[in-house]
Parts: sequence; C-alpha cells; structure tokens
Amino acid sequence: MLSYTVKRLLSLIPVLLGLTLIVFFMIRAIPGNPAQTILGQLATDEAVAALTKQLGLDQPWYTQFFHYLGGLFTGDLGESLRTKSPINEEIWPFLAATAELAFCAMIIAIVIGVNAGIISAWFQNSWFDYVAMILALIGVSMPIFWLGLMEQWVFAINLEWLPTSGRENVRAPIETITNFYILDTLIQGRMDQFWVVVKHLVMPSFALATIPMAIIARITRSTMLEVMKSDFIRTARAKGLRMFWVVYKHSLKNAIIPVLTIIGLQTGLLLGGAILTETIFSWPGIGRYIYDAINYRDYPVIQSGILIIAVIFVTINLIVDLLYAAIDPRIKYN
Amino acid sequence: MKQRKGIWALVLMLLFSLALVGCNKSAGTDEKPADEGDTAGETSGGQLVFGRGGDSTSLDPAVTTEGEAFKVTKNIYETLIEFGDQDTEIHPGLATEWDTSEDGLTHTLKLREGVKFHDGTDFNAEAVVFNFERWKAGNAEQFYYYNSQFGDKIDSVTAVDEYTVEFKLNTPIAPFYKNLAMSPFGIASPAAIEEFGEDFFKNPVGTGPFKFKEWKENDYITIVKNEEYWQEGLPKLDEVIFRVIPENSTRLNELATGAVDLIDGVNFSDKATIDANPDLQIFERPSLNIGYLGLTSTRGPLKEKLVRQALNHAVNKQEIIDAFYAGAAEPAINPMPPVVAGYNPDVADYEYDPEKAKELLAEAGYPDGFEMELWAMPVPRPYMPEGQKVAEALQKMFEEVGVKAKIVTYEWATYLEKANAGEADTFLLGWTGDNGDADNFLYVLLDQDSIGSNNYSQYQNAEVHELLLKAQASSDQAEREELYKQAQVIIKDDAPWIPLVHSTPLLAGSAKISNFLAHPTGSDFLANVEIQQ
Amino acid sequence: MELSTNKEMQVPIEPAEEKAVSPWLEAWRSFRKNKLAVIGTFIVLFFVLLAIFAPYIAPEGINEQKLTTSDRLQAPSSEYWFGTDDFGRDVFSRVVYGSRISLWVGFLAVIGSIVIGCLLGIVAGYYGKWVDSVISRFFDILLAFPSILLAIAIVAVLGPSLRNALIAIAIINIPNFGRLIRSRVLSVKQEEFIMAAKAVGMKNSRILFHHVMPNSIAPIIVQGTLAIATAIIEAAALGFLGLGAEAPNPEWGKMLSDARAFLTQAPWTLFFPGLAIVLTVLGFNLMGDGLRDALDPRMKN
Repeated sequence: MLSYTVKRLLSLIPVLLGLTLIVFFMIRAIPGNPAQTILGQLATDEAVAALTKQLGLDQPWYTQFFHYLGGLFTGDLGESLRTKSPINEEIWPFLAATAELAFCAMIIAIVIGVNAGIISAWFQNSWFDYVAMILALIGVSMPIFWLGLMEQWVFAINLEWLPTSGRENVRAPIETITNFYILDTLIQGRMDQFWVVVKHLVMPSFALATIPMAIIARITRSTMLEVMKSDFIRTARAKGLRMFWVVYKHSLKNAIIPVLTIIGLQTGLLLGGAILTETIFSWPGIGRYIYDAINYRDYPVIQSGILIIAVIFVTINLIVDLLYAAIDPRIKYN
Repeated sequence: MKQRKGIWALVLMLLFSLALVGCNKSAGTDEKPADEGDTAGETSGGQLVFGRGGDSTSLDPAVTTEGEAFKVTKNIYETLIEFGDQDTEIHPGLATEWDTSEDGLTHTLKLREGVKFHDGTDFNAEAVVFNFERWKAGNAEQFYYYNSQFGDKIDSVTAVDEYTVEFKLNTPIAPFYKNLAMSPFGIASPAAIEEFGEDFFKNPVGTGPFKFKEWKENDYITIVKNEEYWQEGLPKLDEVIFRVIPENSTRLNELATGAVDLIDGVNFSDKATIDANPDLQIFERPSLNIGYLGLTSTRGPLKEKLVRQALNHAVNKQEIIDAFYAGAAEPAINPMPPVVAGYNPDVADYEYDPEKAKELLAEAGYPDGFEMELWAMPVPRPYMPEGQKVAEALQKMFEEVGVKAKIVTYEWATYLEKANAGEADTFLLGWTGDNGDADNFLYVLLDQDSIGSNNYSQYQNAEVHELLLKAQASSDQAEREELYKQAQVIIKDDAPWIPLVHSTPLLAGSAKISNFLAHPTGSDFLANVEIQQ
Repeated sequence: MELSTNKEMQVPIEPAEEKAVSPWLEAWRSFRKNKLAVIGTFIVLFFVLLAIFAPYIAPEGINEQKLTTSDRLQAPSSEYWFGTDDFGRDVFSRVVYGSRISLWVGFLAVIGSIVIGCLLGIVAGYYGKWVDSVISRFFDILLAFPSILLAIAIVAVLGPSLRNALIAIAIINIPNFGRLIRSRVLSVKQEEFIMAAKAVGMKNSRILFHHVMPNSIAPIIVQGTLAIATAIIEAAALGFLGLGAEAPNPEWGKMLSDARAFLTQAPWTLFFPGLAIVLTVLGFNLMGDGLRDALDPRMKN
C-alpha cells in the first residue's frame, strides 16, 4: 500500500512537469500581447515595449520557464499581470467559490443518484424504474449551459423563486472567513445570509449535478442488480418490503465503489462544467477567473490557474485510487 | 470498520442535502429574492447597486483610458472644471473662477477654499501643482490623456498663492477648460499618492462625494458617503456598489428581481419590456457618440475610393437602427454627432441603393464583387451594443451587392491592437466623446497624426490634416467651426468609414430612483441621486 | 477480409458452437432486441436524414434576414413552427440546417481522434518500453486537464472558428481511444494465437493489421458512438462561448448564445436549438449503450 502510494506520487512528477510545459507554450502561442492588453488601445509602441521588458516577456522562453518553475517550488504562483497581486492570495476566493459549487453539486448528485439507483433496482421494471432511468438517460445527454438557461427561465424569470445569478446579495456582502459562504454564514450565525447563499447555490449546483447524478444513478442501479442476485438479498426480498431498509443499508455499502469511481472520473467534468455554469450564473469561480485571464492574456494567471485545476484533478484521482485499496482489499496493485 | 465509516458519511451527506433541499423550498416560496437579507438598516440615505458590464481596470483615473474606470472615479475625484449635468458646457468645479490672458497662453484659476481630501489633508494650489507635475513627469504610456490633451503644450503650472494656480502654455489650446473637466484630470491627494505608491490605483483618495471602501476584483466596488463633502447635503446616498454583471440580459434580470437598482448597457431590444414594467424606468443618455464601420484604406479593394463609396451605398442604416437599436439612434452622416459645435448639416449621406453600389463596384473594376473580412466587436459598447448582430446584418447587406464578407472577431484588446495595425479590412468600432469638442472627434479619429492611436482606418488626407491643425490652434470659435465643416465635406467624399449611428444609450433603474441624470460622456455623477427606502 | 481472418483464428481457441455464427450477426440480433438502442438508432437516423434533406425540409435558407418587417422575434405559429429569431429568420429552418453542422463536427472530430488515438495506442501497446511510457505520460497529461478547459485553450491558440473547434475536440478525445487501444493491444498480445503468429515469424505490421485491429474494432465502435455524443455537446459548448461556428452558420450552441438576450422576450429561440442538442446526443448515447451491450458485454459496468 505504501509503496503503491509512493509509486503513484512519483509518477505524477513527469505528468505535472509536462503539463506545466505544455501550458507554458500554449499560452504563449495565444495571439495577442499582454503588454498591449494591459495598457489598452491607446498605448504607444514604446510603452508596450517598455512594459514587455518590465514583465520579462522579452527574455528567452527557457529563462522564463525556469524562472516560473523556480517560483513554483517555493510556493510562488507568480503575480497577476492585471491586478499586480500575488496569485496565491488572489486565487483563493475563486477556488473556494468553485469548490463550494462543485461540492454541493456532488452531494446532490450522490444523494439523489444513489437513492434513485437503489430504488430503481429494488423495484426493477416498475414505473419508477422506467421514469428514473429515462430521466438519467436524458440527464447524461444534457448540455449544462442549456439546462442552466432553462432553469433561469423557469425559476428566476417566471416563478421568481430564485436569484438569477451571483453568489451573494451585494447589498449585504458576506464577511468572508473561509470564503466558503455556507460555512462563513454558519460560523457567524447569520441564518438570514445562510439562506441567501443557499438560494444562490440551488440553480447552478443542480445544473452542474445533472450529468454526474445521471451517471451515478445508472451505475448504482446496475451494481445493485448484481448485488440483488446474491443469496442474502434474495432471502431478504422474500420477506417483503419490511426488509427494504436492511437491503438499503447493504446496498449503500455496495454503492460506494462505483460512486468513488464516478467522483474520480467526474471531477474533471465537474471542473470543466464549472466554466459553463459559472458563465451562465455569473458565479465568481476559478473557471471564470481563468477564462477572463485568457481574454486578458494574463499569462501567470492562466498558467497557474490551469496548473492548480490539473493538480486538484490529479490529486482527487489519486485519493480515489488509494481509497479503493482501503475499502476493497480485493483490488490489487502491481 | 472502514466500510461503516463510509456509510455514515453517506448518510450524513444525505441528511445534510435533504435539509438543504427541504428548507430551501419553504424559504423559496414565501419571499422573493429581492427582499433577501436587507441589513442596511442603520443608515438613512440608502444604498444604490449599479450593475454594469465590466470591472474597472484602475481607480486612478489618470492612468487609464477605460470608461468603466471613470464611472467609479467620477464619484471619488473631482476636477477643476465640471461639465453640466447633461452636457459638456463648463461650470465651476474645484476651481471657482478662471481667467485667460489675451494671447491665450496664461490661464489663472481660483480654487475653492475649505475642501479636504478623504484622508483629511487640505486641497489647495500645492495639491493641484503636485498632480500636474506627476502627470507631466510620466510618459505617454502612464498618463495617456494628459499627454494627448496637454502634453508639451503646458509649459508650467505654479501655485501663485494658497488658492490660486497659474498655467503657462507654449501654444494656445482651444478646448483647454473642457479638457480640464475630463475625468482623467481628477485631483488626487498628494499624501495618498506618496503613501500608496504603486498601489495607488487600488487605493483612490480624492475630494469627491464618495469615499472608496472596497474592491473585489471582477465582482464589485463599494464607495461610501463622504461625510465631510463640501457641498452641503450631498451626497444623498450612503453607499454605492458597482457590481459587475457581464451579460446584458442577466443584468436586466437582476434589475427586475431587485438585486440591483440601476444598470447600464441595456439592450435596446429590452426597452419595450422595461417600459411595460411599472417598477422600472428607462434613463436615456444624451448622445455623444458615433458607431461606424471602418474601411481600412490601405487594404486591397478598399484602397479604391469608389469601392468605399459603393459599400456606403450598400448599407441600410435605418433597418439596422430599427432592428438593433429599437429606433433609439440616429443614422450617422458625419464622423461626429450633431450636438457638437462645428457639425456640418449640409453634408448629404450616401443613400441606401444596392444598384448604385453595384454600379460603383463595376466602375472600380469589381463587377463580381470581392471577398473581405468584416470584424465584429466582441464586447458591447454604448454605440454598438450588439456588434456581432450588426456585423451579421451588414454581412447580409454586402452579400446583396456581391461582396462576400467573412465575420471575424478577436478578444477585445487583440481586436484593437490588430485593427490599429491596419490588419482589418473592415471593422466595427465607435467613439464616445470625452469633452464634446469637434477636435475630440475629427482630429482624434481621422487625422493622419492619430494613425497608430485612434485612427484605425489608416485614413490620410493632407488637406484634412491642415484644416484640423489650424482649428486646434485657433481660439476663435466661429473660425474653428468653419474649418471643421470644411473637413467634414472632404471626409465624406473620401469615405474612410461607413458612419452608422449616433445612439442614445439606455440605462434602466428601479422606479424608486430619482434625480439620476445620465451624462453624455458615460461617467455619471451620483451625488444627487436619491433612492426611496 | 479481416473479419474472416479473425473468425478463423478464433474458432480453434473457443469452445466449438453448434453453429458457427458470425459474432457480428449475433451482436446485431441482440442489438435489435434492445428497445432503447433501437429508439436511439431511429433518433440518429432521423437527424441524419434531416441533415441530408435539409434543403427540402427547411422552408427557408439559413440567413434570410427580415429586419424591418414584423417578422422579428415571432412566437411559434403555423407559418414559423419554431418562431423567428431577432433577424426575422425562421428558427425551424436554422435548427434543421444546424443538424448538418453538429453531425459533421461530431463524426469528423471523433474520426480524427480515433485515427490519431489508435495510432498512438498501437505504437505504445505494441512496442512497449520507453515508447509506451512516453505516449502514456502524454495521455496522462491530456487527461489531467478538464476537457472543455483544454478545448478552450486550444481554440484560444488557434483562433475561434468551427474548424478549430473541431480540431480541439479531436485532440481532447485522443487519449480515450489511445488508452483503449493500448489496453486491447496489450491483452491481445498475450493471447495464444498472436504468440503463435509471432513464432511462425509473421511480420509486426501484418500482426497489427490482421489480428490486433480486428480485435479492437468492437470497442472502438462503441466508444466512438458515445464519443460523438460528447463531441456534439463540446462543439455546442464552444459555440456557446463564442469559440466555435462563425456567423451566419446555424450551429446550435451558437444559436443559443445569440439568443441568450431573449430569454425573457422570446424563449423559443433558446428552447428549440437546445432540444435539438439533447435529442441528438440522447440518440447517440442510446445507440452507444446498445452497441456496448451487444458487442462487448465485458465493457458493461
């Protein structure tokens, strides 16, 4: 187990290094000059040249790359060209916003997905099963951005139940402690603000949850159908619905592995989907942070932003792999 | 054991999310989002949330050229001269009276007494001199507007006494006082500039009605009432929050639900919806702009004057205005709006006539038309709220006369950079006047000196150049107007652009707002605004 | 040719059946029995036909602007089934023509990723050693990006256009096929008939094309069908972000982003293009699921 962990960690090094290099070259291939972008349309050529020099963009690429890499090792992600603030500090609220959104989405996806899957399997071929599975099929085929727009149309514009966009009510901004607004409002005991935060979360997290929810439901269902063939369950079933909860408990246990797999696989989807969700709901998250940075040719931000997302993604996958081993000793590694 | 933990985690998640879903349902049905968490109870003047399309790039007006920046700084800083409420006439600002010498080379300004900066330091002649010397010491890249409006033409700025400043010029500047009223020349606290140094752009300190409080990048900027403001009883509001909501339609939704009180960049197509809503009102910003399609006169077929004229004949401006400006725009004929002194009303437009356009193309040697690029702006601007759509309509109109246009777009800064370098065949762009002077349109946009800055179509005409320079140096207003009129005739014939529209940009606000006056320059003074609680 | 080779080679090592039915025929029978798969196939066929016969089905062209008339933003009616957009264009016609773009992008992008992915996967799996390490690490790197983010970055580099969006989508799907083929190659390599072939002195290329490829076709078809679904969504997403199709092309994602401002005023301009995306993607997903069940039960979760 330990040696496996170490091996997995070591294998990450070339991946992350390669990733850094690829991102480094890719963003430099984006047409447009950051110096020009920063100075705006009215800047003179000399001004642009001077700023280019000041930003170190006139140096050879390897100097720039190793400079950046050196910074990474000391935990320095660089400085935003636009705001001139260190990215380490600046990125945190955006990261927290996306994490909060993704976390809520994942919880919704797991809770609804797993339960729907189990119930579908239990009542196989019932109307519930059919409806749930058809919904799940439609769910995996759903473009997030369209779903988001339709949610806005129904719940914000027509029913006026939920706010269209944003993360908080700017009239009464939330005092940030952790930048996870749910936690922040709870810590401060501000229940009024807590509900504001929750209301803002509902639509984007449901939009983001749809695909993973559908996949989890389908996988849980098929896993459960396997499980239900076991003798133990057959006996339980024979005793009727009273046994439902016994089976339910047993089923949950068995659902963990597929759900873990999905969490691993879907993190990328979730982080990617976050860009679209954040665009539609004006959510101040990491996806929009990077997307804006691309528009601004803010090299350090694009680079560090993508790197951080990739590191998170890779790390979650690693944790998932390790959890497999911890949960299910039958899985072997070589 | 491990498995049991997993189950508990799942059960916990289940309970938590059920709680979330359940509670939200009850909370969602009995109150609207508009009422959520109103905690601004202890203040009296109320709070105004201003929704806008983009974030400020800087809160130091001297170092920026971006309109979004001025929207905020206009309320933090004040200028020596101020514009009228809804025009660009000059009025006393931080200077109460002024006097110009016979030769037009010396300007003496009397300053307002008893004004303090937000940091408590005094506003006086020394402070004014400090600001001008700061701008003068920097180069064009640092202080663009200072260099373009004054530059080397100001020889010296001296403090005659505590409240008198004297400007000595090398050559007369016709719009000197109008220039002084422009937002980039807001007077900042010398002490704060020294204290914050590099970071001054995010720690603004001026004399205006509002003080800076907080800036959350790409999210919102909060400014609060300056209790010490020199104008009694102002500002009315306690707090203004400038919130960034990039999408026009989302911004309107936020206004409709009451999450914001005032928005700019309203889609013209939404005017009818807003008019029909008794809780909302429309504000019109007096027009001081021009939206145009630049025809880069150094590229391919567009080198031919006949081709440029032909394209002018191919465009049905009224149709574009009806469809994308909901009629809230005038067809443009000259490169400056009619309100600007010196506008030539005798210039006739190229009438919409596809047949004529085809004839001209044939005459120019392109009977079968040609292919070109049509660049569409990636961002909404007051003069061009829907660049992509206008481009698509133009594409269709050009197709009718045999010209195949490919719509191209880049991210905004790249767009400007490339267009500036003359890389676009045709491109959509526009301009909002800074000070309402003809020089600020004709010279800035079409003089050969401005190639590389704002003359994107690379237009050169020696005769026009001569007229514009002459007008710049003259202090006789009647003579200046005559010169500008002559220039417009030549420009119309050369057709470096297709002037499209002078739009009346729309803002929308809650019905609770009163005394809001939208300023033609796009920077609105919010001190008089009131909001019903 | 390849199929028969495949069957001949497999027959000796599988327990003899009563009747030697081609595995493809068998798969077809099981596919036909799968109701959802058949529905999916019909949906896909429907959109393919729509794309082919668009000029006969659509009442209008894609760009018949009617700006000044009262044709702008009309609600669905007998004249305009899906209403009109802000240019007064018939949304129904544009949705119909849009199927051409989406299907074309989906097919082409996936074929691109299959070709490149397979090539890399075969090389990695067959030659092993450092070649394998390098290629596998490359796949790992590509997979470490959230795919849409990678696509956005690629389009940002290449410039926004439909062609570049297609290239970006092809690139982000390469590792999926690469890994799949690599693992197939590795497992096929272990099988006796390949070892036998090697022992007889068969050339590498011959082994590859006559034995490895045929053995991998089934999973590629399954994966490819599902990938078309994803590719269509990704193309729409790029179009939605303004990084895909150029005006006046009626790409569904772009139609959504163009109509976004009319969510309140004219929701139909958003409803129908989105519905078209959902249906097409659903069709490919159902078909892909069915193919998986029929062709490769081992891949089933």
